[in-house]
Amino acid sequence: MNETLMLTVLTIITAATPLVYAAIGELVVERSGVLNLGVEGMMLAGAVCSFAVAHHTGSATLAILAGLLAGMLLASIFAFLTLSLQSSQVATGLALTIFGIGLSALLGQSLVGIAFAGLPSLHIPWLSDLPVVGRLLFSHDVLVYGSFAIVLLVSWFLNRSRAGLVLRAVGDSHDAAHALGIKVIRVRYMATLFGGACAGLGGAYLSLVYTPMWAENMSAGRGWIALALVVFAVWQPGRLLLGAYLFGGISILQLHGQALGINVPSQLMSMLPYLTTILVLVLISRDRGRIRRNAPASIGQSFYPTS
Amino acid sequence: MIALQRRADPSRLMGYLAPLLALGITLLAGLMLFAILGVPVGAAFYAFFIEPVSSLYGWAELGVKAAPLIIIAVALSIGFRAQVWNIGAEGQLILGGITGAAVALMFHQNDGWYVLPLMVLAGIAGGMAWAAIPALLKTRFNVNEILTSLMLTYVAVLLLSWLVSGPMRDPDGFNFPESRMFHDAALLPRILEGTRLHAGAMVAVGVVLAGWILLTRTLLGFALRVNGAAPRAGAHAGFSQPKLIWTALMIGGGCAGLAGLFEVAGPIGQLLPSISPGYGFTAIIVAFLGRLHPVGVLFAGLIMALSYLGGESAQITLSLPLAVTGVFQGMLLFFLLATDVLINYRVVFK
Repeated sequence: MNETLMLTVLTIITAATPLVYAAIGELVVERSGVLNLGVEGMMLAGAVCSFAVAHHTGSATLAILAGLLAGMLLASIFAFLTLSLQSSQVATGLALTIFGIGLSALLGQSLVGIAFAGLPSLHIPWLSDLPVVGRLLFSHDVLVYGSFAIVLLVSWFLNRSRAGLVLRAVGDSHDAAHALGIKVIRVRYMATLFGGACAGLGGAYLSLVYTPMWAENMSAGRGWIALALVVFAVWQPGRLLLGAYLFGGISILQLHGQALGINVPSQLMSMLPYLTTILVLVLISRDRGRIRRNAPASIGQSFYPTS
Repeated sequence: MIALQRRADPSRLMGYLAPLLALGITLLAGLMLFAILGVPVGAAFYAFFIEPVSSLYGWAELGVKAAPLIIIAVALSIGFRAQVWNIGAEGQLILGGITGAAVALMFHQNDGWYVLPLMVLAGIAGGMAWAAIPALLKTRFNVNEILTSLMLTYVAVLLLSWLVSGPMRDPDGFNFPESRMFHDAALLPRILEGTRLHAGAMVAVGVVLAGWILLTRTLLGFALRVNGAAPRAGAHAGFSQPKLIWTALMIGGGCAGLAGLFEVAGPIGQLLPSISPGYGFTAIIVAFLGRLHPVGVLFAGLIMALSYLGGESAQITLSLPLAVTGVFQGMLLFFLLATDVLINYRVVFK
């Protein structure tokens, strides 16, 4: 296999992985009827915390855990405000993003300009040593494998498990779910925290692997792209994986564009992921029926138990 | 146990009290944050809230920062009332700055009186054009305007970066990524000698007045409010949903573009790679803090402007990172949303 092509595929995987994490988390959140627009803020919190822990302890495991917890912590603020205090989900999500950007910049002040060795790739005996396939499929870090595992798990959970059925019921009609004795608020809390943990992991991947360093606002809109990916996936985990890799491919075009002799200013190339997001949203959203059939029916609405 | 009980009617009193309560809690939380950061609390408080407004120059700076916030936030609150979530005001601001600057640079050898008015028109048109994209996509293809307007902000930032390092770069500027300095005819008149306070501050007051009249005294304002509160009732009353979406986004884009033009033709005086410290995003908080009401926005804008000045002053005197401002703004919005629960719910102890 051609070396350039191999490198391209490997970069696509690193570019797509943070999107997979952030988007799969938000997918679960939305399926429970909650719209959390704070993904960007949670990713940044995850990125800065995991980088700080990696820098101070040198432990990749602790760093990943820190990212996960940071995302969850921010999600818990969102959950408390929207679920317990009935605040508007749109406004609270925006607040979470603004807060996350500021907080991560503040926490990361002393971390700017420090490099980190990156996550070691897992060596799987025999498989990793295979020619081509070994490098392509079996030489990644633990978070890449984790991202595939989590998509499979979520897919199984939503479509095959009882708990997933409960979660979907809550997202489609919280009143009916409540009447059946389901604890709507509790389910939504758990979904929101899961979403935060995933966004935190996505952020951790950015600062530990994608660009192993911390920079203010380093997620550069990936949290928002993750939100768009959920729509692109029409709330289906499998399609989400496809979408994330599509976006990963587009976002590395700017890196490889120059090498391929495409002579376009770098700023214009960097617009591509954002423009593609818009284009993709148009293609998906124009089919109103499809959105209506697949979108969780009570998304974005507050729930106040009436009895 | 503490529980929430829904009120029969929203409390008017709490509507006014909640923002004040939120401000108070933010202040306390902020002081705690300083204590955690190991900064002397008294000095931090002074640097953040007193020092910036202890001189006439400071008050003028407050006006310089508050003007764009108020202009944008009044427009956003009109849209938010109609449930049109334009959160890409930052991008629309940048576009207004670009188109306004383009006119200034085009006429740079010309000092006619018409240069500045033309720039103003171009700035408004630029912001509107950028907001027209989410409006068109929302009305034609049902695309969520939150995501599109936000994506376009990233595009606008990159566009500006490209323009100042390429087509609009100062030909005599030693390759620095910035445009030519504007000549006098392309600069906003100062309204206070010796300070940077410019005519945009007066326009901001005008926008507040116009926003108030629009919302409370016109059929359009009524339609926007009905559409936000009960879209179906609005549709039955014959208010066209697409028309309201277009209106809300055009007002938002136009005002953001105007604010962007005021930045480049006011305090900055040229086109730089960055022309706003996030006014377009902060204006969202201003809109909520001001209760989506133009007069409330006026006060909220001044308060948020103080948070910018306080952040700058704390950076100089206490070498605190500028990011503290963002943390403050985020916290304020959190606390505001939390205290808002008191409007519709009563806290009861069971």
